[in-house]
Amino acid sequence: MEGLGSKMSKRPTPTEFIIERDDEKCIACQACVRMCSNDVHSYDPESDTVSSDNTKCVGCHFCETICPTGAITIKRNPSEFKLNANWNAEVIKNITKQAETGGVLLTGMGCDKPFPIYWDHIVLNASQVTNPSIDPLREPMELRTYIGRKPDKLALDYSGKETKLKTTLDPQLKLETPILFSAMSYGSISLNACKSLARAAVEMGTFYNTGEGGLHKDLYKYGANTIIQVASGRFGVHKEYLEAGAAIEIKIGQGAKPGIGGHLPGEKVSEEISQTRMIPLGTDALSPAPHHDIYSIEDLRQLIFALKEVTRYRKPVGVKISAVHNVAPIASGIVRAGADFVAIDGLRGGTGAAPTVIRDSVGIPIELAIAVADHRLREEGIRNQASLIAGGGIRSSSDVIKTIALGADAVYIGTAALVAMGCNLCQKCYTGKCNWGIATQDPYLTKRLNPEIGARRLVNLLRAWSMEIKEMLGGMGINAIESLRGNREQLRGVGLSDTDLKLLGIKPAGEAW
Amino acid sequence: MNYVIIGNSAGGIAAIETIRECDKKGKITVISDEPHFNYSRPLISYLLGKKVTLEAMPYRDKGFYKDNEVKLILNKKATRLDLKQKVVVLTGKQMIHFDKLLIATGGTPIIPEIKGFDLDGVFTFIKMTDVEGIEKYIKANKVKKAVVIGGGLIGLKATEALIELKIKVTIVELADRILSATFDKKASSIIETALEKISCKLIANNTVMEIKGKNKKVKEVILKDKKKIPVDLVIVAIGVRPNIELVKNTPIRINKGIIVDGFMQTNVKDIHAAGDCCEAKDALLNISRPIAIWPVAARQGKIAGYNMAGVKEEYQGSFAMNSVELCGIPTISVGQTELDEKDCQILEHFDQNKSIYKKVILKGNRIVGAIFVGDIERAGIYTGLIKDKVDVTAFKEHLLKEDFGLISLPKEYRKHLVSGEVAVI
Amino acid sequence: MNKNQKLANKKKPKRIVIREEYCMGCRLCEVHCLVRHSKTKNIIKAYKGEYPRPIPRIIVEEKGYVSFALQCRHCEDAPCLEACITGAMYRDKKTDAVLCNEKKCVGCWMCIMTCPFGVILRNVEGEKVASKCDLCMGEEIPVCVKYCPNEAIICEEKK
Repeated sequence: MEGLGSKMSKRPTPTEFIIERDDEKCIACQACVRMCSNDVHSYDPESDTVSSDNTKCVGCHFCETICPTGAITIKRNPSEFKLNANWNAEVIKNITKQAETGGVLLTGMGCDKPFPIYWDHIVLNASQVTNPSIDPLREPMELRTYIGRKPDKLALDYSGKETKLKTTLDPQLKLETPILFSAMSYGSISLNACKSLARAAVEMGTFYNTGEGGLHKDLYKYGANTIIQVASGRFGVHKEYLEAGAAIEIKIGQGAKPGIGGHLPGEKVSEEISQTRMIPLGTDALSPAPHHDIYSIEDLRQLIFALKEVTRYRKPVGVKISAVHNVAPIASGIVRAGADFVAIDGLRGGTGAAPTVIRDSVGIPIELAIAVADHRLREEGIRNQASLIAGGGIRSSSDVIKTIALGADAVYIGTAALVAMGCNLCQKCYTGKCNWGIATQDPYLTKRLNPEIGARRLVNLLRAWSMEIKEMLGGMGINAIESLRGNREQLRGVGLSDTDLKLLGIKPAGEAW
Repeated sequence: MNYVIIGNSAGGIAAIETIRECDKKGKITVISDEPHFNYSRPLISYLLGKKVTLEAMPYRDKGFYKDNEVKLILNKKATRLDLKQKVVVLTGKQMIHFDKLLIATGGTPIIPEIKGFDLDGVFTFIKMTDVEGIEKYIKANKVKKAVVIGGGLIGLKATEALIELKIKVTIVELADRILSATFDKKASSIIETALEKISCKLIANNTVMEIKGKNKKVKEVILKDKKKIPVDLVIVAIGVRPNIELVKNTPIRINKGIIVDGFMQTNVKDIHAAGDCCEAKDALLNISRPIAIWPVAARQGKIAGYNMAGVKEEYQGSFAMNSVELCGIPTISVGQTELDEKDCQILEHFDQNKSIYKKVILKGNRIVGAIFVGDIERAGIYTGLIKDKVDVTAFKEHLLKEDFGLISLPKEYRKHLVSGEVAVI
Repeated sequence: MNKNQKLANKKKPKRIVIREEYCMGCRLCEVHCLVRHSKTKNIIKAYKGEYPRPIPRIIVEEKGYVSFALQCRHCEDAPCLEACITGAMYRDKKTDAVLCNEKKCVGCWMCIMTCPFGVILRNVEGEKVASKCDLCMGEEIPVCVKYCPNEAIICEEKK
């Protein structure tokens, strides 16, 4: 038994994936060898064959996608533990890892635990017999909406030949489709990814969000379609930055990691990141959990108005919070503090790096959060004072419609946008080795994301979803997205408890008006 | 417009194509003193060694003269020029009138002052008729052993061809090594070793003083050091000099070759010259001299053609360059390959086991010459750097690396190359 | 049809443009070029069944994280056309591309000596001839353009 203890104390990393290589199809072109940033594949010139080290595979599927003969299949490691409903493979592996390293388990992207997805329990209405449906290909259908403070009432001047609007409107963001790109910082994602988002936003008439990474100088030209974020670390916040965007978003929280700050490892802080974020090269970029100048709602109000002053009240200034238990009163407070929009990020929102336990257990689903926030604001009669933007795991156009019907003015998509650009959710963003060139700063990897192609794919996604939204709206007999906002009558719950239905504010399926 | 071209090889053909490109109507006449359709001179060694067939010899396809509306006069030599009348006189007294004349008569083999040169079985190695003669002689006389006088390019290619025909060859070379004009000692040594392997004998620092015969046929050669070598066949391959017979006794200025200006025109208006017969700008040495190389002749013919057709095109100059595969070893040499050590910087890579030799010669941070033996991959990039006179300081250490390529060059320089824009010539 | 109409109808020849900022260095262009110039035109057979293996006519240069694919530029003033001693190098009338008639090539390598891009290769395993890009004669778009996963190689009309 001698020596067994020392061998046992260091176990190899549990293997998540198995690479199946069809030897008949593999031509040893070595594309997989060259492309894998985790050095999974290697070529043996003597035997002219390629072999794979399964222990390193993260399951990003880049090699599978690029293989010219389709010789590679990625499979989950079939090595199984004895069936145990309480102690499944993941739990065992996590504890093993922590026993090994004593570290905090990190992960990327959004919560992957099987919490109920309320969207999958909500169904939409369609017109039949009375209230005919509208064909979006033949009749006007408007997806345009505006983000910003709406006036309490409109005063009109009838005196002249033309009726004029007397009320001055607060600054608005005009969206051609109710979908925006969520905040993803330059640093967590590559510049090419940012460029793809910016260009797609310009082409579709919507907006993308800088996240807490500041604005790279190459992106200033897309400023008219940029929402710039002022986060707790205040990275890259300077005069030109504030003036560059179309709107400002104060980030209080993020759905993936409510209550803690952001963390960009020093390895990902390159020369360009350092310049953009205004931090020293190679140092960790740590965002503190709270803004250290915001300890009360009055402090928030002060910051909101400071930003409005600086930008001469010409841009909407909003606040982003994570969806937590008290999201409704918090939203109310924020609106009363003067925010032009409130962005709520739910439990399933994504991130570049977060402790796994926080990502998976902290926060509440966005479906509930948006419903209760919208309801609360309406109750207090202040719903018009700010727009609500909801985000956190929106996967399809039907999720978009349901979220808007639950009360959102528009939605933020983050994960969906990354998947459109190639991401397969291997959840290893924090390593900085993203093979798709998205969540990395390594110039060898970032080259792989051609912004022309990235933007094209994002535009395709938004276009497709917009068309689907129009179809669903038309089906409901509605011809403008704004008529769906908070229109809970169009929704019914299936298999939800009474409490769920009450919180969501929707009727159960089967119940008529 | 009456265009007359004397010479049907690289210079002449290029001129024809260029003139036709610019002038669809003008009359073009080509005079050749050979009986053959146009062919590539460098190919004659392949023909002798049976590496190509007679059918493969033509340089352009059958319809070339017809498609380009060119009158081809074969088997007639231009014997005299009458510049006042603007007439070319051919053998048989035929007179061809010209408005614009191009003299592209090529080179003529250097014949040494050797007793016995006129014996049967002694040949020069320039034209297809030479090959025909050699083939006939070999067949009729069951040639077993030969001497090749001259270890330059022509001599070595002839040697290779003879070895293919299972003839034992001895090369007699005046300098201390073969290819002394284009190779340095190391490069020559690789080829000399390869020649030894195929049983070819090399006698350097020597020359043939006399050829002796029996019954008018060659029987042996006597060298400078009195050594005697029995032979059945002798090939004289010392080199070529510009063929300027035609212009002697005319006002056309000559030096080693016909002197031309930057537009390939001689001192006489409307008379141009191109190819091995002329001397034009050497862009490296900045002097005028004959450069008897196929691509140079083609380029000069093209420029001459443009200017004859009224399109002013200036000749940018060329420099020595050669590419030839010897004993299965590819070799390329460009520019100045032999410079005094103190005038230049030399970068070298010599792998004797693999028979690979690479040498780059720099002068004042610019490449002026290069030699490649065994590994000629991407050699043209160096030719481009020589031609464009690029300052290589930034990437000097990379010049002889395995992965040297356009990627080693500064981005701005290769941008114009890689972006799909046309090459700058 | 008058001259202007004729000129307007005449399709402008295409040229391949390389964008080095998007090249990933995957070398799939080499793979597909090889297959296109193989006997079987089948990727598995070309690699596993053909001896000698055909060579691609595209060269991928790589240094650090910079890489790009390079092939014959089909220059207007092509030095290889002049240098070719056999006349094997010729210009295709329709596409203006510079092509090599491999049957005529004797492997003297003059073209390699004069090509400033170094994009002509010695095909020594097979016939000892000069090998270079032929714009995939007969294909709608060259295969390197078609299969580049990141659009680093694109086709544009010749300017």
